[in-house]
Amino acid sequence: MAKIKGAIVVNIERCKGCNLCVVACPSKVLSLNNEANSKGYNYSYMAFPDACVGCSACAYVCPDACITVYKVKL
Amino acid sequence: MTINDIINPDNLVYTKTKVMNDVPMHYCPGCSHGVVHKLIAEIIEEMDIQNKTIGIAPVGCAVFAYKYLDIDWQQAAHGRAPALATAVKRLLPDRLVFTYQGDGDLAAIGTAETIHAANRGENIAIIFINNGIYGMTGGQMAPTTLVGMKSSTSPNGRTIPLNGNPLDITKLLAQLEGTCYVTRQSVHNVATVRRTKKAIQKAFENSMQNKGTSVVEIVSTCNSGWKLSPADSNDWMVKNMFPAYPIGDLKDL
Repeated sequence: MAKIKGAIVVNIERCKGCNLCVVACPSKVLSLNNEANSKGYNYSYMAFPDACVGCSACAYVCPDACITVYKVKL
Repeated sequence: MTINDIINPDNLVYTKTKVMNDVPMHYCPGCSHGVVHKLIAEIIEEMDIQNKTIGIAPVGCAVFAYKYLDIDWQQAAHGRAPALATAVKRLLPDRLVFTYQGDGDLAAIGTAETIHAANRGENIAIIFINNGIYGMTGGQMAPTTLVGMKSSTSPNGRTIPLNGNPLDITKLLAQLEGTCYVTRQSVHNVATVRRTKKAIQKAFENSMQNKGTSVVEIVSTCNSGWKLSPADSNDWMVKNMFPAYPIGDLKDL
């Protein structure tokens, strides 16, 4: 079976740290960063990037369209 | 393969649509408005009608919608978006005209305009965000507030003897002859976001084909007004809002 690997890029300054992507991720990849952006929001990041399969669930539920998703078949 | 190898334009599967511009949205973190804005922008891009779309912005949190979507907008007086949309669509019948309204705008002050525009069967799409509260002005009770739901003007919960029953205006609109498509959706997880996108797309296509008025209600959260976290708001909505406002198509001609 082909293995799928994904990765996301979060627009850090646009992210408001609402946590909805963290809840939506089926692979539990995401987490809120301890560091904050310039507005004081703890932005989302890939805490466990190896588990990402590029399903785009985080991007679909993101209210601020901060997430760009990439996916490759290995 | 490292993350930097994956992050390559050739492997792109999802990115922010260009119809939505880079202005940061003023909505609270986790607000459903953002998801619905994004869906509307994606549909406009996919239908390739960016320069043929006219949105009517309401009064309420979404009053600044014209800052975020790169299409033509007209801002209406409070509740009067369907009346203004009627005028725009009649003058420019080849355009997609949609209104974007909250429950305070559509179901309270704009009840008359909404019902009469739908009854006349104006060829417009109405996007109705129902979060059961006046979000912008500080979480006051709206006509759609649930029985027992606490708001800043019903601190002990809404009661029927004092405040009357919640108004299910979407059900009301489904009974009118002029409406061709009336549906109720939500955007709290991936599956519902996809279904809502299909519903809004259908409403937009109906408007372009001059089939009548389409109404897409989106049961939404207002985590600031409800005093819950965004994720808890979604759970609260599923538990409390859905029994009163069940998801699904009410009318599809």
